[in-house]
Amino acid sequence: MSRSFTPKVVTANRLREGDVVYLTADDRWSLVHHEAELIEDEAHGQLRLLHANAAKLEVVGAYLADAKQGPNGPEPTHFREAFRTRGPSNYAHGKQVDLTNV
Amino acid sequence: MYDYTDFDESFVRARVAQFTDQVERRLDGSLTEEEFRPLRLMNGLYLQLHAYMLRVAIPYGTINPRQMRQLAMIAQTYDKGYGHFTTRQNIQFNWPKLPDVPAILSALADVGMHAIQTSGNCVRNVTADHFAGASADEIEDPRPYAELLRQWSTDHPEFQFLPRKFKIAITGAPNDRAVTGAHDIGLRMTRNEVGEPGFTVLVGGGLGRTPMVGMVVRDFLPVNDLLPYVEAVLSVYNVLGRRDNKYKARIKITLHETGKAEISRMIEERFAELRPLFGGADQALLDSIRAAFAPPAFRDAPTEAYDAFYKADPVFRAWADRNLAQHRAEGYAIVTVSLKAHGDTPGDATADQMRLLADLAERYGHDELRISHEQNVILPHVHKSDLPALHAALAQAGLATANVGLASDIIACPGMDYCALATARSIPVAQELALKLREVGLEEEVGPLKIKISGCINACGHHHVGHIGILGLDRAGVENYQITLGGDGTEDTVVGEKTGPGFAYDQVTGAVERILRAYLAQRHSVEETFLQAYKRLGIEPFKAALYAEAGRDAA
Repeated sequence: MSRSFTPKVVTANRLREGDVVYLTADDRWSLVHHEAELIEDEAHGQLRLLHANAAKLEVVGAYLADAKQGPNGPEPTHFREAFRTRGPSNYAHGKQVDLTNV
Repeated sequence: MYDYTDFDESFVRARVAQFTDQVERRLDGSLTEEEFRPLRLMNGLYLQLHAYMLRVAIPYGTINPRQMRQLAMIAQTYDKGYGHFTTRQNIQFNWPKLPDVPAILSALADVGMHAIQTSGNCVRNVTADHFAGASADEIEDPRPYAELLRQWSTDHPEFQFLPRKFKIAITGAPNDRAVTGAHDIGLRMTRNEVGEPGFTVLVGGGLGRTPMVGMVVRDFLPVNDLLPYVEAVLSVYNVLGRRDNKYKARIKITLHETGKAEISRMIEERFAELRPLFGGADQALLDSIRAAFAPPAFRDAPTEAYDAFYKADPVFRAWADRNLAQHRAEGYAIVTVSLKAHGDTPGDATADQMRLLADLAERYGHDELRISHEQNVILPHVHKSDLPALHAALAQAGLATANVGLASDIIACPGMDYCALATARSIPVAQELALKLREVGLEEEVGPLKIKISGCINACGHHHVGHIGILGLDRAGVENYQITLGGDGTEDTVVGEKTGPGFAYDQVTGAVERILRAYLAQRHSVEETFLQAYKRLGIEPFKAALYAEAGRDAA
């Protein structure tokens, strides 16, 4: 494991709905950041990104986002990624409500 | 207003059919995202932070009740029950799903609307004074010219791949309510020495990362020469504009790199070539368009009931004082319906509110509605005798906020609550600011004030021309807000001046309050507005007030 590498998750938007999703270790696309695979190695990250980019009918715009390990699984480190896990702050729309209803 | 001809109708339908097929091919994998992306953007479909976003043009901000109801239907059926009106007189739907977009575009086509050229490096929705055709100070209704420009620029083969996007704004009144000085081309109607109408043409205005005020390249352009002249400007830009660097590609940079004298000369030279080629077809078209914008049959009715109600009801009076503007017809008023209820999202309207506005426009407003770049809805022609009933109906729907032109009438872009380009949030800053200013009772005392908030350097929230501008940035992974003062989006167009270090998310409200208290302490009289006081005092007293606490809040 490279010492200077900041851990990452692979994230994208679903092609059909646009929902923010995260790539899990078992190759699913999850709506939940905590379920993402936390990538701690740069080369592995590139491989996972390639895998994500191949999922052309499932997701759009995959990229590696900084993350860290938390008590329930990976957590975002930047506020933009934190917003993406929840939805907008002006309405109870998006995942902050959708996820509690599933 | 203008209704689609068979040509418009078949053009829009053909585009819907094309895009329907393109969406199908994207969903079945025949098109890659790289192939599909430019196609969806040509049809106003963006992929944002949490979902797709569809941007629908409302040409020059004019919309009829039937169209407004259709927007409500779309909001309810395909979105989350609301729409967001923008500073470019568009409406954005924040939650459409890709497979539904063809149906949405088809529903828009049913009422003569579309999302074409709301993205991409082409001529975007032509914006206009939201009081056009109604205001007392107008030389002429600018919308026939805006419609002419819309028809000319839509799918114009030469201008589909410009170096960068291109925005045109037009006003028919000397009091510029369309921010023409901050557009790629700004058209300001004026009269020559013999009283004929024409345009003062500004080129190279724009906000964004390099804010610039447009320069006058033609003092007086006869109205008949509008199309060949605008085409000449576009044509020169298309050749000279930089395609090597996105950040230097707007015409404002072209103008500065080429020099005003040289670019004006090139425009005139090209204009001389183009003018004879138009051969009067544009004028014939303009005549038919003009007929579509004939003013409604204004009523001649007594206004005593209005006067009596105005005297008797303080709530109505407060609303009338703030939200009405002088109409050119006797007995009429222009009504601005504020979409800025304290604590709500600036520019958002629910489907129910849209339907009510459509009903009210039919009942009291000669079937016309406008969307302002300040993210409010306008009923441009209401007889004063109808105002009490109109106000009562608006109040029931939460649409009677009496704050037009005040501190809580804030422009805010979607910011990082929706936008993929944003570097910080802007909506909640606007929400908290409006609530706070009301809570401390500053709003009425301060009087006319324009606060404008952008969530990134691209300045969709027009922060550069806000009396108080707020720009949200990402500073080392934390939201940080830079404040500018003294901006002005009127005919005087001024880009605001930065105060200094920015403020943290939860310190913006306090910072604005300090600015306003400094103004109240130093103004000569109640009549001296914030902007006038700022022009007299300069930035220093405001900086002192902002940073007095030894930079405690500054970062």
